Amino acid sequence: MAVDAHDAAASAPGMPQLDFSTFPNQIFWLVVTIVVIYLILSRVALPRIGAVLAERQGTITNDIAAAEDLKRQAAAAEDAYNKALADARAEAQAIAAEARAEIMADLADATAKADAEISAKAAESAARIDEIRAGALEAVEAVARDTAAEIVATLAPTASDDASIAAAVTARVKG
Amino acid sequence: MSEDAQEQTHGEEAVVANGADAAHGADAAAAHGADAAHGAEGGLQIHPMDQFIVEPLFGDGPISFYTITNVTLWMMLAIVGVFILMVMGSRGRAIVPSRAQSVAELTYGFIRKMVEDVAGKDALAFFPYIMTLFLFIVMANFLGLLPMSFTTTSHIAVTAILAMAVFLTVTVVGFVKNGAGFLGLFWVSSAPMALRPILAIIELISYFVRPVSHSIRLAGNVMAGHAVIKVFAGFAGVLGLGAVAPVVAITAVYGLEVLVAFIQAYVFTILTCVYLRDALHPSH
Repeated sequence: MAVDAHDAAASAPGMPQLDFSTFPNQIFWLVVTIVVIYLILSRVALPRIGAVLAERQGTITNDIAAAEDLKRQAAAAEDAYNKALADARAEAQAIAAEARAEIMADLADATAKADAEISAKAAESAARIDEIRAGALEAVEAVARDTAAEIVATLAPTASDDASIAAAVTARVKG
Repeated sequence: MSEDAQEQTHGEEAVVANGADAAHGADAAAAHGADAAHGAEGGLQIHPMDQFIVEPLFGDGPISFYTITNVTLWMMLAIVGVFILMVMGSRGRAIVPSRAQSVAELTYGFIRKMVEDVAGKDALAFFPYIMTLFLFIVMANFLGLLPMSFTTTSHIAVTAILAMAVFLTVTVVGFVKNGAGFLGLFWVSSAPMALRPILAIIELISYFVRPVSHSIRLAGNVMAGHAVIKVFAGFAGVLGLGAVAPVVAITAVYGLEVLVAFIQAYVFTILTCVYLRDALHPSH
């Protein structure tokens, strides 16, 4: 009877899922499988993977901290560099200003000296020009007197009076 | 005497099983015949459910609970698969993971995050248990997608036990952690007073239906897809070389089945997490 039923189940498209005679077998092996997988996972796999992940997290955290530190050091170094650069620039400016002042002083000195020399030379030249002018005036007077005496002698040979001619020429030249 | 009786029933069972086996053998022979020259019985010999038959691996004896059957074989293969994935994969313990280790770590992270997000931080004590469920189901589903394989998760006996285990765990944990306060799960305090008894009845029914839907959802999905593939394969066998449409259909359904194999494992796991959250934090 049971055989018949089973026969019908096997030949007709029945459901092996509802064949209760196989249930103890399936349940037994399922329990075995689940227990084995649970032991594998809880004893070996999960602690190991958890440890690896934790270790990686730690490494990453440490690396980030180290990177942060290095970044801070780099920033400090940059600050120091900038400060040194600013100092050097300021010093350079000071030196340049000093040099400029020195040069200006030298220049002023030289200019003053040159001015003094020039004015001395100019004074000397002016004295000589005065001298030459005085000489020239005298020569003009003498020539004028001679010329006047010659003219008077030529025009009125009788009325030649050297003294009066000289006085008249002098008065004219001076006037 | 009781032993005697047991012996007796055993003997009967043996006869039954033998008979079934013989019938099945004849069936298989017939199917073979149809395959070779499908004339004798008029063509269509499709047995989409034969793939789910539980058979002893060695000999034709009766199936008692310890008999090594195809169920045993494919469950052991699932264990091997889990071992390779999770233990061999993580063997390197590398800071920069290998490809296999990445897969193991991704699986670990995926389920751990699910447990943490859905069930809460205090549910992490159940993480190995949930991981076991997920890995067994996902392995069994994918092994079942191999041609000629046996899909252990297509059997209601298997999924029902898994679901009952979850149900009992959740119920026990709920009462241990919250005492009688766990019953607050059924008393919807945000609803009007008049509605609460009705809602309590609905909640109670839905609570006890959980293991049923939890198990039938998995077994049904897996079984249906495999049966459909087998039906199309039967068409292909009948049509012979011209079986373009069945082969296309099989390919499409197989693709769907790959999706289903993962999604059903995921759904089973996330529902377990949801139930666990109810047990740990029963307030609505």
